[in-house]
Amino acid sequence: MSSILNIKNVNKNFGKISVLNDININIDKGDFLVLVGPSGCGKSTLLNCIAGLEKINSGDIFIDNKNMSDIAPKDRDIAMVFQSYALYPTMTVEKNITFGMKVRGLSDEIQQKKLIEVSRQLQIETLLKRKPGQLSGGQRQRVAMGRALVRNPKLFLFDEPLSNLDAKLRVEMRTEIKRLHYDLGASMVYVTHDQIEAMTLATKIVVMKNGFIQQIGTPEEIYNHPANIFVADFMGSPAMNLIHAQTKKEKDNYKINIKLANGEVASLTEKRKLKLPKDIIIGIRPENITENGSKNKQNAQVITSNVDIVEPAGSDTYVVTKLGETEVTARFHSETKVKIGSKIDFLLDLEKASYFNPSSGKRI
Amino acid sequence: MINSVGKNQLNKIILRIFLYLILSVFVIYYLLPLFVMITTSLKSLEEIRTGSLIALPRNITFEAWGTAWSTACTGIRCEGLKPFFWNSIFIAIPAVIISTLIGAINGYVIAQWRFKGANIIFALMLFGCFIPFQVILLPMARVLGLIDLAGSISGLIFVHVIYGIGFTTLFFRNYYVSIPVELVKAAKIDGATFLRIFWSIFLPLSLPITVVTVIWQFTQIWNDFLFGVSFSEAGTQPITVALNNIVNSTTGVKEYNVDMAAAIIAAMPTLLVYIFAGKYFIRGLTAGSVKG
Ligand SMILES: Nc1ncnc2c1ncn2[C@@H]1O[C@H](COP(=O)(O)OP(=O)(O)OP(=O)(O)O)[C@@H](O)[C@H]1O
Ligand SMILES: [Mg+2]
Repeated sequence: MSSILNIKNVNKNFGKISVLNDININIDKGDFLVLVGPSGCGKSTLLNCIAGLEKINSGDIFIDNKNMSDIAPKDRDIAMVFQSYALYPTMTVEKNITFGMKVRGLSDEIQQKKLIEVSRQLQIETLLKRKPGQLSGGQRQRVAMGRALVRNPKLFLFDEPLSNLDAKLRVEMRTEIKRLHYDLGASMVYVTHDQIEAMTLATKIVVMKNGFIQQIGTPEEIYNHPANIFVADFMGSPAMNLIHAQTKKEKDNYKINIKLANGEVASLTEKRKLKLPKDIIIGIRPENITENGSKNKQNAQVITSNVDIVEPAGSDTYVVTKLGETEVTARFHSETKVKIGSKIDFLLDLEKASYFNPSSGKRI
Repeated sequence: MINSVGKNQLNKIILRIFLYLILSVFVIYYLLPLFVMITTSLKSLEEIRTGSLIALPRNITFEAWGTAWSTACTGIRCEGLKPFFWNSIFIAIPAVIISTLIGAINGYVIAQWRFKGANIIFALMLFGCFIPFQVILLPMARVLGLIDLAGSISGLIFVHVIYGIGFTTLFFRNYYVSIPVELVKAAKIDGATFLRIFWSIFLPLSLPITVVTVIWQFTQIWNDFLFGVSFSEAGTQPITVALNNIVNSTTGVKEYNVDMAAAIIAAMPTLLVYIFAGKYFIRGLTAGSVKG
């Protein structure tokens, strides 16, 4: 596979504030790269740097193996969809979509042909004569998308294109973008701070924090093998449980001791071949803590603890208890009969657990 | 219970009446001079001398208006306001157009292409708005002499453009600041140049603020007296200066009706501008951000 976007050692600062620190990302043709991270971590800035709308202070950006440092945004063969859509307010939908082609001097025939093609694809044919102010949020989003699609660029850049939509429309448009990516086979860089969007759309995820990359990987890697506590906590909803524990080396495995709410200590066994320090943080997702029932997994181990909260969430019920002095969420069946205050058995699937170093936060 | 409700109601009505009474007094206070001007201009000299100031004219005559327009004496010339009216038009229209255009481009650059030092330049321009007319008289006279525009219509246009840029820039900058920067970014990616973005995207958005700026500039320039009197010669004086000369050049009797008609003629264009564009003026002043 050939590289479509290669970002090498990129740094960016606004005055004294450094916003991007030593960013290195490489994606192949057809990849769907999602940038996630909390607000202000530099996602939009990185996207603007790729587009050439912001100058980088050091490093190189290659698009299709061509160094972009001296190339203007219009010549980078990219298209961008902005968070606010940035539709030209005085132009009709049609003019919005064809403006770029007109500026580039394409013939009217080609403009019309592309306009029809794209508006059919996005189902906005009936809106072409309207102004952006007369459109709903979802329709504006589509038009912004259309403006990008007519360019037929090497690389699409999306800056939180769905964040202004309501929940239902978001899910719809998410599916649509996924289909678009599939149909076009296009390469995309997509910014979001919604981690569900990231998981569902990406072929590759970059998690950022304060201008530093925390982890790059497939959604599966990020979800199951987070590189550090930040990633573990940020990706997934409800978040991964992070439980303080002590380890004790035995012959060929570790005993893992977790303090219970009543002061007693529960002891579990880690059978994988690992090398653990004395103090650790266990990262375990809610779905790997389940109710003690008939279909128990083989390696599951039991901890008995008090039920503090029961939160029905439709298809599942979340049960909260206290382990290692933190609140821990478990995912139970929706038909569960557990009551607040009762003492029950929780099943922990330690095979799926991650371990982190409490002082550095890094994965072990 | 019922009694107190009724009492409340009554209080309200009395308050209302009182309010309207006060407002009416102010309206009369404001409009009385205009009323006197109009009625006086429609009377004959004879009637002015014998009648009361606020009486309606018995025989309406437009003679004074004709005199004011074409035969009244301004100093030694007796051609009325007509030539000076045109002078003012030839000064005001180009000056308004040029200063508005420059202001629009300045505002666009300062608000949307934030280059290094943009804030300082803007601050200096703002400062320019607060420089009193009197302060720039001498330096400006010198500059006009140097560039050979002294005493000409072009010179006056130049002065008004320079003095107006601070205001027009301020207006447009404040308007464009509320337009999201992403619009420029999108257009850059679409391949549009600096001027193309201004022309195709920003100018079409600018009707409200353009109206505000045009009204402001037109009123300022049309009503200007000090620049007009300082930087013009006999043939290039604007209407305000001519009006002053008509009123001051007394040959025998004071023709109040002619003076009044002349004053109304001089004020007419700004009045008309307000009447026809006033609606946009209010709208433009309150216009906020643009929804994409
Ligand atoms: N033009 C600018 N001048 C100075 N600082 C800036 C500028 N643009 C962004 N920043 C700063 O850079 C940091 C990163 O901003 P950026 O917009 O990239 O964040 P983001 O990850 O996109 O956040 P969000 O999710 O809220 O959109 C922020 O701390 C922001 O304050
Ligand atoms: Mg952002």
